[in-house]
Amino acid sequence: MNDEPVRLLHGSGQGLQLLLNQVVLPSLHIHEKDGPLEDAALLTGLTGTLAFTTDSFVVNPLRFNGGDIGKLAACGTINDLAMMGAKPHALSVSLIIEEGLLFSDLKSFLNSLRQECETAGAAIVCGDTKVVDAGKGDGLYINTSGIGRVSTPYNLSAAHARPGDCVIVSGPIGQHGIAILAARQQLGFSSTVVSDCAALDKLALTLLEAVPETRVLRDATRGGCAAVLNEIADASNVTITLDQAAIPVQPGVAAACDYLGLDPLQVANEGRFVAVVPEASAGKALGALKRHPLGKDSALIGQVELRERFGLLIQTEIGGKRIVEMPSGLLLPRIC
Amino acid sequence: MDRRPQFKDPALAKALLTKIGMLAKDLPEVRIMEVCGTHTMEIGRLGLRQRLPDNIRLLSGPGCPVCVTPGEVIDSAVSYAQMPNHVLATFGDMIRVPGSGQSLEQVKANGAAIAIVASPLQLIKMAEERPETTIVFAAVGFETTIPAVARTIEIAAEKKLPNLKMLVAHRLLPPALSALCGDADTHISGFLLPGHVSAIIGEEVYRTIDELNVPGAITGFEALDILGGILSVLEMLINQTALIINMYPRVVRPEGNPHARALIHKFFTPIDAAWRGIGIIPQSGLALRDEFKAFDAPVLTQGSSTLPKGCSCGKVLKGLITPSGCSLFGSACTPQTPIGPCMVSSEGSCAAYYRYERINR
Ligand code: SF4
Repeated sequence: MNDEPVRLLHGSGQGLQLLLNQVVLPSLHIHEKDGPLEDAALLTGLTGTLAFTTDSFVVNPLRFNGGDIGKLAACGTINDLAMMGAKPHALSVSLIIEEGLLFSDLKSFLNSLRQECETAGAAIVCGDTKVVDAGKGDGLYINTSGIGRVSTPYNLSAAHARPGDCVIVSGPIGQHGIAILAARQQLGFSSTVVSDCAALDKLALTLLEAVPETRVLRDATRGGCAAVLNEIADASNVTITLDQAAIPVQPGVAAACDYLGLDPLQVANEGRFVAVVPEASAGKALGALKRHPLGKDSALIGQVELRERFGLLIQTEIGGKRIVEMPSGLLLPRIC
Repeated sequence: MDRRPQFKDPALAKALLTKIGMLAKDLPEVRIMEVCGTHTMEIGRLGLRQRLPDNIRLLSGPGCPVCVTPGEVIDSAVSYAQMPNHVLATFGDMIRVPGSGQSLEQVKANGAAIAIVASPLQLIKMAEERPETTIVFAAVGFETTIPAVARTIEIAAEKKLPNLKMLVAHRLLPPALSALCGDADTHISGFLLPGHVSAIIGEEVYRTIDELNVPGAITGFEALDILGGILSVLEMLINQTALIINMYPRVVRPEGNPHARALIHKFFTPIDAAWRGIGIIPQSGLALRDEFKAFDAPVLTQGSSTLPKGCSCGKVLKGLITPSGCSLFGSACTPQTPIGPCMVSSEGSCAAYYRYERINR
């Protein structure tokens, strides 16, 4: 039944049983021996501070170079937990399937979702499946929520950046947004840019264990680094000045951005974070990040200063300074 | 991991800036106009203005095609979009600019048929797929865009597509330069000439403009290109020469692109034309030749070339003031609440200043 499409009848009753038993549950490695499906999952043994987050994924197209909606849906929520210093513990997975999506495609998206959860050590504990009429969805929407355990209480907040601090990015920027545009054939040329979509839980913990005094940790998703850094600057009432020459950008991303008139700082990432650390800890932070494969190209890209009129500035390659704006919402819709 | 290091090398940029600083010491106030909107954007992006000596001023020119498109052309586009069985096709930059009434974006929200295209060649497929619909293209742009429009008409003629029409509002750059130099108020000391337009029209045409008696450097779009262009203009000013120098030979050949020009000439003939905020410039527009009038979508109204009340885009486009010299800039007029075309278009000077250069005040 691999190449059969999901139909409206799979949304309830026997059809739903079939969809769950043959596709959804096996793909997520949820077996009969785990017991019957109850109305809610009971989580035991959790004490102390917990992190809880939710996110919906509507990426178009469903597959792109370097990932798919399943991987994105797992990584997005894992990363939101990780940015608060939490270790992912349990995820929920809700599917809104458009009539016509192939069983085989659904399986492969759920497989990628499960793999990311397994690697992160998070169990998929509850979920929901709905089917909507053809034309009323876009193949597949996924919502995931996640609970994480905060074993060490790090004092992280967007409001904690202070003048003198250093700004670090965990790797080259802008790959996810460009990979999506390429997958939509909106670039006007072919591109080999691979999305940076990745779970950052291990990398974040590596940094936090080495530099517990880290002040801010944010993943630079929608709106890219420009959006998160503007938010940090405003929340902390500081000005952040970036150094254009220090910002890691892959040549393929740079070329696509030049062609489209985009600033890589405003292009989305799905596997990069920015961290603000005290100046004295910057070397230690970079050292720790660079030892991890996902952080090997991390770089110190800017400095926190006293608040001026604008929150985010950049020193350009010719030594001029300009404003880096919060990107306008229309730039790249439906990238996650 | 550097971005095209050869044209962005910070060390070389620094050396060029030092040289510019030295030359500037021997000069009075120098007013260099960058004619092209792409230059305006890149100069803003680089934060270049703050790095130049105080007496070297960069002025933005009339090189944003959407900004200079007369209100009556936009009004006509809006009318075509609202006609039954018509689709108005346009480049995306155009849709937010208001004419005398609504913008294309506003009527689109009310159901008018508007298609945004990246290249005029897409029109062929649209016209073939929808033979019962008239496709009207807002043909806006300078010499860089005109060849593709001409080629589109050529294909439409071959394929006998009677439902493809052009609302022609193309503008030519050399007549505008001549008008700017002839204007006693502008005081332009030199020009950064547009790389992309020059790739079509070549070098020689600039030397035939009688009024153009100041230095001009044909300039590319990377940091070092722009610095090199400025340096070359300053050197000429010091040597008291007024040549046209091609600083972008990797793209611009001396003869330009004769094939593209022949294509333009085959379909279009020059006419006097209005530039929004500036006025009529002789022989600066194009009309379809009589043999191809079947592809013409005429301008439907007349005489709404004026700017919204209080907007100084005309002065901005002529380099008489910088955008911050407009009393509405940044207060009543912002990219979220644009008043004039120079703020609406992403290549407009006011938009570029707002986006990058508010820091300078
Ligand atoms: S700031 Fe606005 S109103 Fe003033 S000249 Fe520019 S576009 Fe016109």
